[in-house]
Formats: sequence, C-alpha cells, structure tokens
Amino acid sequence: MIGLVDYGMGNIKAFSNIYKQLDIPHKIIFSEEHFKDVEKIILPGVGAFDHAMMRLGKSGLLETLNDLVLNKKKPVLGICVGMQMMAKSSEEGTLSGLGWIEATVNKFNKEELGDNKPLPHMGWNSVNHIEGNPLFKDIKSNSRFYFLHSYYFKPLSKEYSVASAEYGDKFTCATSLDNIFGVQFHPEKSHHNGMQLLKNFSNL
Amino acid sequence: MLYPRITPCLLVHNKGLVKTVKFKNSKYIGDPINAVKIFNEKEVDELIVLDIDATVDNREPNYKMIENLANECRMPLCYGGGIKIASQAQKILSLGVEKISISSAVFDNPDLVREISTEVGSQSVVVVFDVKKKLFGGGYDVYTHNAKNKIKQDLLELVERVQDLGAGEIVINSIDNDGLMNGYDLDLIEKVKNRLNIPMTALGGAGVLEDMGKAIDKFGIIGCAAGSLFVFKGKYKAVLINYPNQEKKNQIINNK
Repeated sequence: MIGLVDYGMGNIKAFSNIYKQLDIPHKIIFSEEHFKDVEKIILPGVGAFDHAMMRLGKSGLLETLNDLVLNKKKPVLGICVGMQMMAKSSEEGTLSGLGWIEATVNKFNKEELGDNKPLPHMGWNSVNHIEGNPLFKDIKSNSRFYFLHSYYFKPLSKEYSVASAEYGDKFTCATSLDNIFGVQFHPEKSHHNGMQLLKNFSNL
Repeated sequence: MLYPRITPCLLVHNKGLVKTVKFKNSKYIGDPINAVKIFNEKEVDELIVLDIDATVDNREPNYKMIENLANECRMPLCYGGGIKIASQAQKILSLGVEKISISSAVFDNPDLVREISTEVGSQSVVVVFDVKKKLFGGGYDVYTHNAKNKIKQDLLELVERVQDLGAGEIVINSIDNDGLMNGYDLDLIEKVKNRLNIPMTALGGAGVLEDMGKAIDKFGIIGCAAGSLFVFKGKYKAVLINYPNQEKKNQIINNK
C-alpha cells in the first residue's frame, strides 16, 4: 500500500490517477492512523518552501512520518518541493527542512543563467541518471521529464545524487539515500517515463 | 537540455471545444475529454484549456469540468477562464491542475497577481494577454472579454508590472492572427520577450510546425502554443486532433 501524504500542498490527485491506472493499491493520508497499513510513502509538494513546511508541521503527520522514514526505514519519495523539504534548509525560506539528507536548497542564479534562460525552469528537460538505481529501472538515460521550479536541491555529498539535469549548470534532480528518494521533476506529469518511475517506486 | 514547449491550446464554449478566427466564428471541434485522451496518447508537452464563456457570462469556473479534465490529463495542464480571486485559483490547483491563467481580472486589479502567487507560488500563475495591433502608430492594445473590451493601459508596461507582481509565465495571444494559420507575429513576441525574465508562450497564428521552428530559431527557449494547427488537417480544415512525435519536434527545434 502506497500512502500519498496530503498536507494541503500537493497535487495528490495526479498521483492517485496514475496509481489507479496502474492498478497499484494506494491511499491518501491526512490523519496519523491512515499510515497503519502503508508500506511506501509519497511526499508531494507544490508552492513555497516555508509554506509547505508550515503546513506539514500543522498537519499532525510529521512525527509519524519521521518515525516511519528514519526508524522503520519505509521507502519514501519526495517530489518537487517534497524533495526540497528533505534537505536541511532552503534559500527560499527561513524554516528548517526535514533534514533527512545532508543538503541545502539553492536558488538558480539569474545573472549566471543570462537572458535566454528564464526562471522558473519550466518545461521538459533531459535527465541523466547513474546506472543501477532502482528508481530509474527501464528508463533510458537522457529521457525527458517535466520540471517547474526556481530552486534546486544541492546534496553535500555527490553520493546522494543519482540523476542530474542541465539548466545553466548541472544540478541534482534525483537523490537517494538508503530508503529515502527524491525527484525535482514531476513524474506524475511526465507521460510514460514518469509512470515507469512511479511504478518502479512501488516495486522497491 | 531544456526543450521549447509545444502546447495545444483548447477553447471551451457551451461545454464543447471550439476554434475561432480572430476570436469570432467559433467552429465546433468536439468533446474536451476525448481530445485530452488523444493528446495523452501523443504525449504532448503541456495543454492549455480556456473556458471562453466564464468571464463573458460573469460566472465561476466550472469546477466539475476542470476536475474531469484534470483526471484525464497525463501532462501538465493550464486552465483559464473566470478566475477572479485567489481562493478560486487554489481550488482549481487542488483538482490536479498545474497552472491557472488569469486575464481580465488582472487588469481590473493587478494586485491579484501578487495575491495568487503568494498563495500558490509564482510557478503556477500565468497571465494571458489578448492583443491586437493599433490602427495607427504600430503599437499594440490589450483586450478582454473575447476581444470586446479594450484596456486603456500600455501592453509592455502591463507585462512588466505583472512580472514584478509575481507572475510565473506570460502568454501573448494575437487576436489579429487567431485562426489564420499564417505564422506568429514575431515582432510582437520580440517586443514582449525583451521585457521578460520569466517564461513566455506565443499563441495565435501558427499554421505549420515550421512557424514554431521560426520562433524557436529566433528566441530559443520559448513556449509555442497553437489551436488550429493541432485540431485541423488540410486546406478545408477537417477536424483532426494531431500533434508531432518527438522526432518531428526535434527537427524543428534543431532546424533541420
């Protein structure tokens, strides 16, 4: 059973639509007791970092979520701001992140990007992943995924980076550490590649 | 590499899809959900759906229709039509829509852009400008209510203003070129793009893929949207939902 964490800041419906189509059991989590039979967790996120952290804090889900991820080692997949929340902090806000991975979230530098690369980074970009990560099983390197963001996840160690994309410089667009996974792009809106990735997560 | 976005734009009128010429003479195209299903199969980059009745009829967005569309859409969806306040935008995004577009309400109250973007994030806020060439002097006017009401403000000043207020994307829709399929107004695109550091999408006039290729050659990363191109086939404009495959898109992107 995959749990989709609903703390009021994500496009939960897009995920349930895909898992419904794939015929994979899933449920929406908006109260602690919903976690009971959940084996894997998806943490979506759209919008501003602080707003998301605040909403997650107020949701009453945070304690159980930390326990399931850090102690019980349940696989978790953070998406977009959901991935960024796994870092320690973000330049977008002042609140602390979940701190599950040693990383910061930085803003793309407008000057370095120049006039021809607008922000937000919006649209389809090619994603290069390292060999062997189960999240990218049966997905070719250089496949296209949909991005929509102005901040990016910067892990302290290269080891936590399993895929990168290029916008100005290369940046990490997928992270992995033990049972913790995160992607900056939107697999739920990336056609067959995204669907494959969400399927791979369910097979972990 | 970030690819230019190639985006079908669908108009909803009386619950059906239509295509207009210069914002008039709407021709019935078919059922919206059916079109979305076909565009899913063709793996389109993103989709814009505009309800062209909502503002004119002064009514709320049709949430049921939006939800039905979002349930089918496997690509990013931008919805526009009838959004006047931030809570409506929030509600629409919660239905599984990625971006909302606003137009007439912004010109009554530009601060709306700030209100909505603070609540849902700039990345989800698109401002659509319907523009028409001035009769004299070479400038452009902005219109609302399906090209019936003229706004008494300068296009380029307005564009900069909404960008400063937190818009995440600008769509420039040429009323003069709508449905003519003779190519984009590249001059208009250039004028607006020079003022922007957020993404921009051009709409109005694309008749063949090469029209999009020309815009991409000239402007690099730009959104290229079209209605007629993706719903009609041939000289007599037979209705046929279509969209280029990746290979064809690469050809126009790389100019080969």
